[in-house]
Parts: sequence; structure tokens; C-alpha cells
Amino acid sequence: MHIPDGFINLPTSAGFGAAAIGGVWYSIRRAARFLDDRRIPLAGLVAAFVFAAQMVNFPVAVGTTGHFLGGVLAAVLVGPWLGALALTVVLVVQGVFFADGGLSALGLNVFNMAVVGTLGGWLLYRGLIALLPKTRPATVAAAGVAAGVAVALAAMAFVLEYAIGGAGGASVGTVAAAMGGVHALIGIGEGLITALVVGAVLATRPDLVAEAPKMEVMAHG
Amino acid sequence: MDRRLWWFLGSGLAVALIVAGVLSGFAASDPDGLERVAIDEGFDETADEHPLADSPLADYAVEGVEDERLSTGLAGVIGVAITVVVAGGFFYGIRLYGKARRSREPT
Repeated sequence: MHIPDGFINLPTSAGFGAAAIGGVWYSIRRAARFLDDRRIPLAGLVAAFVFAAQMVNFPVAVGTTGHFLGGVLAAVLVGPWLGALALTVVLVVQGVFFADGGLSALGLNVFNMAVVGTLGGWLLYRGLIALLPKTRPATVAAAGVAAGVAVALAAMAFVLEYAIGGAGGASVGTVAAAMGGVHALIGIGEGLITALVVGAVLATRPDLVAEAPKMEVMAHG
Repeated sequence: MDRRLWWFLGSGLAVALIVAGVLSGFAASDPDGLERVAIDEGFDETADEHPLADSPLADYAVEGVEDERLSTGLAGVIGVAITVVVAGGFFYGIRLYGKARRSREPT
């Protein structure tokens, strides 16, 4: 999912980079309103966990792998603004220290994964939460489904970028179909991992899940 | 901060270190979704070499460590440490910024 330099031309990269900066700046402004000593280490832990989990590619089809994105997980655990900023930190660290994701493409990657994949995925999660009963299983399911769809959304953001300024002259329609198909599979893995982690944290420290709804039915005991 | 929160943070960090330090060595190595699409649609050749491709941690391997799994795992542990420091510094800065803003415009 990390775009290298060269796939997308510089003007398009700069445009989406500006949009990414806007999203990051807005997230900083929102996070600054409530960030306290307790949430700093939690958000740092979320960033570290997302970095770690993104290293573990799993096979999704013959000769193709996918890896966890983590935007919705981060948004559900520490809220959308700190979640988007955590993803941004991960992408910067990957691009600068690990040569993963290009440097001129950093704005594209932040736009796709921190803005679309995290803030967009969080909106989906909120929509699902509003429709579902306020129970732990429903919350876990909402997080999982939103996370899976968020991967497809981030993939479609790449297709948009490719349509505007992509190199190599591939047909946008076939790129869209191929990106959608493979990321639907990766989304299933994303949804399962997100549901697993959100479920585990809700079971042990529900008070640390920033975006958990007020539960109608309390947990056992 | 209460002790239970430190427990949570400590176990969470331990999980991250195990995932990045051990599990990463067993990750599948085939191209990821975007790389696969780029290969199939014939635009993978348009990728430029990463400007920092020669850096000591490029591609999640520690320069000079021959054993592949050890190299990946070591890079993962270093990456978790870098992420914690960068994220911690960034979020602490945002907290200071928020404090300064609140003291300027009391609500």
C-alpha cells in the first residue's frame, strides 16, 4: 500500500501532499484540545503497535501479500485525531528510516492511509455504531467492518491519484478493478485483526477504548 | 498515572516488540497488493529508487547482519523504538501547543 516515488507525478503528489498537510494540521488542532499526560503514552503505544503489525505481510492470493494498515484500530482506540497522527508518524518513520514508501510520495501515503484510511474509516465506524446496538460484540463487529472497508477506500484513493497523475499508462479501469479486488482480500485480514485487538482491549480495559459507545449491557460481573 | 495503566502500556509494548522482533521474520515476502497491481498493469518499472535506499535500516534489514530473520527482527525492534520516541515527542509537542493555546484564549 506504500507508494514509491515515481508512480504518481510530482504535481499530483504535491496536491495530495497539501491535502495531507491540511488533514494533519486539522488533526493536530483537534488533538491539542484534549491531549493530556495519560493519552500521550497510549497514542505512542498505538503508533508502535501499528508500525510492528505493518511489518507482518500475510498471503492473500498466489504471489501476493497484504499487511495490516491499522487506521481504524488507531481511531477506535485513541480517537480519530490522535489515530490519524499516529499513522502519520508511522508513515514518516517508514519512509525516512526504512526506505518504505517514497519521500515525494509521503504526502500521497499520508493522504491515503492517515486521512482516508483513518479519518474516513472512523466515519464509517461511527455510522455503524449509530445503527447497531450498543454492545461489545456489535462494537467489535463495527470496528472490523469499518477497518476492512477502509482498506478498500485507501486503495481507491490510490486509483484516484493514478487517474490524475499516474505513470506507465495503465488503464485506470483495470487498475481500479485490480486494486479493488486485491484490497478486498487484504481488507478481510484487516477486519479480523482489528476486531481481535479491539475485542481484546474492550475485554480487559474498556475504559481505554476512546471511541467505544456507552454500552447498554454491561460486561459480566 | 495508575499502576494498571502502566501494566497495560508495558504489555502492549511487549506485544509490539514480539510482533516486530519475532513475527516479522516469518512474514510472507511476496509483493503486496499495490506492488502486485503495478507489476500486472506494467507500471512497476516507473518506481524510482528510494533516495534513502542505502540507509542502514533500508527495507527493514540491519546493514551488516547476515541472518535474514535476525536482521528483520532487529530492524523491527529498532523501528518500534524509533516510533515510540518520534510519536512521544510529537504528541508531547502537541500537548504543549494545546496548553499554550488554552492559556491564551481562556474559555
